Amino acid sequence: MAATEMQVREKASPLKAKSSSDDKLMRLFILVIGAYLVVALAMPLYAMLSKSVLNSDGGFVGLSNYFAYFKTPALVYSIKNSLFVGLVTTVITVSIAFVLAYGFTRSRMPGKPIFKTIAMIPILVPSLLPGIALIYLFGRQGIINWALFGHEIYGPIGIIISEVFFTLPHALIIIITALSIADARLYEAATALRASSTRIFFTVTLPGVRYGLISAGFVVFTLAVTDFGAPKVIGGDFNVLATDIYKQVIGQQNFEMGAVVSVVLLIPAALAFFVDRLVQKKQVALLSSRAVALEPKPSRRFDNGMLAYALVVSFFILGILGMCQFAALFKFFPYNLTLGLSNYQFDLMDGGGWDSYFNSIEMASYTAVFGTLIVFYGAYLVEKGKGLGVIRGAFQFLAMLPMAVPGLVLGLAYIFFFNMPSNPLNVLYHTMAILVISTITHFYTVSHLTATTALKQMDAQFESVAASLKQPFYRTFFRVTVPVCTPAILDISIYLFVNAMTTVSAVVFLYSPHTTLASVAVLNMDDAGDIAPAAAMGMMIFYTAAGVKILHYFLSRGIEAKTQAWRRSIEN
Amino acid sequence: MKKSIYRGGSVIAGALLAMGLATSASAATDLTVYTAVEAEDLKKYAARFNEDHPNININWVRDSTGIVTAKLLAEKNNPRADIVWGLAATSLLLMKGEGMLEPYAPAGLDALDPKFRDKSSPPTWTGMDAWVAAICVNTVEADKNDLPMPSSWQDLTKPVYQGHIAMPNPNSSGTGFLDVSSWLQLFGEEGGWAFMDKLHQNIGHYTHSGSKPCKQAARGEVAIGVSFAFRGAKSKASGAPLEVIIPSEGIGWDMEATAIIKGTKNLDAAKTLADWSVSEKANKMYNEGYAVIGIQSLAKPVEHFPENIPESMIDNDFEWAASNRKRILAEWQKRYDSKSEPKS
Repeated sequence: MAATEMQVREKASPLKAKSSSDDKLMRLFILVIGAYLVVALAMPLYAMLSKSVLNSDGGFVGLSNYFAYFKTPALVYSIKNSLFVGLVTTVITVSIAFVLAYGFTRSRMPGKPIFKTIAMIPILVPSLLPGIALIYLFGRQGIINWALFGHEIYGPIGIIISEVFFTLPHALIIIITALSIADARLYEAATALRASSTRIFFTVTLPGVRYGLISAGFVVFTLAVTDFGAPKVIGGDFNVLATDIYKQVIGQQNFEMGAVVSVVLLIPAALAFFVDRLVQKKQVALLSSRAVALEPKPSRRFDNGMLAYALVVSFFILGILGMCQFAALFKFFPYNLTLGLSNYQFDLMDGGGWDSYFNSIEMASYTAVFGTLIVFYGAYLVEKGKGLGVIRGAFQFLAMLPMAVPGLVLGLAYIFFFNMPSNPLNVLYHTMAILVISTITHFYTVSHLTATTALKQMDAQFESVAASLKQPFYRTFFRVTVPVCTPAILDISIYLFVNAMTTVSAVVFLYSPHTTLASVAVLNMDDAGDIAPAAAMGMMIFYTAAGVKILHYFLSRGIEAKTQAWRRSIEN
Repeated sequence: MKKSIYRGGSVIAGALLAMGLATSASAATDLTVYTAVEAEDLKKYAARFNEDHPNININWVRDSTGIVTAKLLAEKNNPRADIVWGLAATSLLLMKGEGMLEPYAPAGLDALDPKFRDKSSPPTWTGMDAWVAAICVNTVEADKNDLPMPSSWQDLTKPVYQGHIAMPNPNSSGTGFLDVSSWLQLFGEEGGWAFMDKLHQNIGHYTHSGSKPCKQAARGEVAIGVSFAFRGAKSKASGAPLEVIIPSEGIGWDMEATAIIKGTKNLDAAKTLADWSVSEKANKMYNEGYAVIGIQSLAKPVEHFPENIPESMIDNDFEWAASNRKRILAEWQKRYDSKSEPKS
């Protein structure tokens, strides 16, 4: 460090010239990563969605496909069903997550780390898995099917329980963050004014987290509406938009109508996204630099109540997971309940056998490494770059778009775009690379948001100081930005890895004989009715993801000890 | 001592042989074969073919009928498959209509039952085996619920079965469409829909996959699954308390078939596979899982399969079914799909 300062003092060249060559380089990088998003997202989506205004011979027909769609009552009914499932899931998940997050942040209940870990488990399992567990628990032969009082698990009940399981961690992360940034001074003031605790809850706590709740609501809604795994496994004949796309495209090979349903599905998701962006902007303004962290005071009754609640939620999550493990071990449920490993003979089942398991690990590793590089660098350029305002805005929009695009749509879009004879990129088709690219793109949004949040925490003065010391931006990037953001970078890589292990919908169209995947195998085995092997492979995915997550935990603790010491010195 | 040396020598010889095979395999033609054949059979199919043609290496792309068909059609402008071996003839008819298939008369074509080939000459596809509709009944669940054993399609409309039947949704599943189109041919247009109206009252749920109703019946998830015989026989063999029933009115069927994709770069190898796919050896291999095959004179009864299958197969008019598919599916959707409100 001292040496570089010396050099800086010796070579006193005009400051402006240096920073402008720096800017040029940065702009070039923005264009390169922007081009990635255009090629991997915008152009394929255009290739797919434009089919909604074409007939099957490729002629332009205007909106007639849309008219045909809205004239079909069964299809329109699905919109209502999707909204219903989305809204009910949102209300239930956000309520459960709020109380749990409240316990984690405002009580002194014991065992917080364990309960937090358990609550994060659903992220690690393919979305088909809860559906399978529900069939074993509540199906006609279900172990505790009396608990439904004669109601049918196939249909909205099954879908909603699966979606609540699947979306809970996402809501929890957001709400915990919102509850953690409370200002203790407000609570002190309220207590000093002798407000009752109920009153404080409604006048201080709830207003403080309302944006977090809205944000969580939109994320849950979008995930529940675009997910296709749960409705397919346990939806019975309750039609939703995501399964309609499947029926149009897979059942009837009607790509044009599939494109129409995709566009319809994009509307609520995109709407949710824009409202969320508006809300997010307000949330930032709420934060004050003089806030004092809130330390919960012990209260036996409240703490025990929260503990009991966390136990119930954990029981729900572990129950579903445990049921899946047993489902995988029973020889022939429900007629032969001896345990064995016969369902692990994947080479005899659909989906490419054990090879697909190892392919999945390979694919997930590539996705984690390259995805993290692209996403973090892209977020850095958008946050810290100068100039090219319009392009950076467009970049930001493209980075947010994947959240609203169902995987099935993305997968088909990739066939149409990457398999065009005139597309020079068609060499990528049927390779591992296209699986990696599609997966990075599919999970771009959350990764990008994580990176942006971490980068926002960094004072912009680092860049100004570096520029005045005439350091090229990439040196600041590697010497300061990357070390400071290491926790976020690790979070992004683990997020990409785990999702690459569990994703189905996009890659189901893109794998080749040499790149079959474990998650697709789960789908195919369930599809063929081999539900026990599907559970077995699903649990293999879970154990792998959990193993990597544990590795990640120790790795990040080690790295944090080295790179994050400054945080502690500031806090003290 | 001597023995162990001998054994060691044979291991080395074996290793050398394996290496030799490996090198010869690397010089072989790689053939990309799209298929919907049951996964458990793929290794066997490739191995038997390689006994005769070790220089052609099969790379399977296997998925359910719907996904393979969608994939082939989406790739139409730049086909990736060399040949399709084991996909529903109705799917291949769609591709024939799009001009995606290479007409070819495989050696030994004449031995095939005339039903098992495309009517064009030379044909664009040839059949392998028939895949017939059947009713899978779980005997344990039937006893528990006092359900009599059905013997005909019409039996399934009796009120006693209410909520106990699963069948594939024809909008998602080829098997489902096969059922619907066969009922329309059996009972006539009006009678067919009247039958389905009554059947709909008894359906517990529709599934997205054709094999699922039978697999669900095998697990007792429903008592009765409208599915296909092959799946029922397989589940029965693995110990499920199932009865596979061929309804007395007759059964719809489709076949697994082979077709070369137009524009393949490996036309010679594809032709070799097409020739082999209609050979006696191949037909005997199909017969290990299917009761009705392309050269029916070779067929032996298959365990767990009902015996009356060949006589029960209706005179299925594939061209009619294909050309009326859109209309039938739309009508089905209008009648039954829009009613699928939450049952709870």
